[in-house]
Amino acid sequence: MHSHPDLIGAFRDGLVTSTLPPGSAADPAEIDRRFGVYRNNVAHSLTEALAARFPVVKALVGDDFFRATARLFIAQHGPKTPILMLWGDEFPGFLRSFPPAAGLPYLADVARLEYARGLAYHAADTPPLTAEALALAAAGADTARLALHPSVQLLRARHAFVTIWAAHQPGAATSEIDPSQEEIALVLRNRHLDVEVWRMTRAESLFIASLVKTGHLLGAAGAARVVDPRFDPTHLILRLSAAGALISRETTDV
Amino acid sequence: MTHMPTALGLTASLAAALTAAAGAAHADDMKMEKCYGIALAGQNDCAAGAGTTCAGTSKVDYDGAHWKYVPAGTCVTMKTPTGMGSLEPMKS
Repeated sequence: MHSHPDLIGAFRDGLVTSTLPPGSAADPAEIDRRFGVYRNNVAHSLTEALAARFPVVKALVGDDFFRATARLFIAQHGPKTPILMLWGDEFPGFLRSFPPAAGLPYLADVARLEYARGLAYHAADTPPLTAEALALAAAGADTARLALHPSVQLLRARHAFVTIWAAHQPGAATSEIDPSQEEIALVLRNRHLDVEVWRMTRAESLFIASLVKTGHLLGAAGAARVVDPRFDPTHLILRLSAAGALISRETTDV
Repeated sequence: MTHMPTALGLTASLAAALTAAAGAAHADDMKMEKCYGIALAGQNDCAAGAGTTCAGTSKVDYDGAHWKYVPAGTCVTMKTPTGMGSLEPMKS
């Protein structure tokens, strides 16, 4: 007899390998055929989940390639929890060291961006600063401190991952892309629960990074001016506020 | 001391930006409405229904050692100066 945990473990292993779980006295060929149904259902549903999470990666490599890649990824990096939103964090790294995808060096970065979009979508809710709180911050602009929404993420890549991603959105116009262009992305979820991807200049990214670290607006603007003496935070602040990304520090310090 | 004008200018533009943001936020508060329960399909549920086949493919179809597919998606249609897209001959 096999203990229950052992049996479940063997069953799970059998889903991604060709090893059958032990304990059955029936004809092995028959068991193998029947167990194949489980294998196929698990592989199929996880492949669909991966495709839903990484639609642009799928578009870039095509359906056949994506399905074949997903099979290998699922076998090596299956979900660790039943929460599918937390699955796929290892997909960018997997793609980076995946020889058949070596011809698309930007693929892993596009995957990083798509995973970050999923995290932003599921990030905690925090109320944006009210008009009153913003007016108060304006009155003390030299010492004003605030925080950014938990969905805000800054990603930097050696490839034009934002441009490539944007080119695969509905309605995007085809244009010349230089994949080797370094880009920085800001990902956030706006007031209307849509996930947005913004391309950042280096100065803008320093402003954001410094703001996340210290919360100090003037200090962050000063940090951005180090790389771009003409940096003006007005546009970015308005954009962040319109998206509902400016929040109170108390909300995050809890 | 040389930083004074810069800091003053920055503070002024921060104040202006926050004031403008306050005005816009005031307008936003008026027309804001929350919509719950509209999670994207495929993000919150596992696709075990449509498309699932019980045919039972018990073999591992795609062995990493015998890789036969090449990326055949839009990477070949993206216009790049280096012609990044054309990797290998596509299957005819």
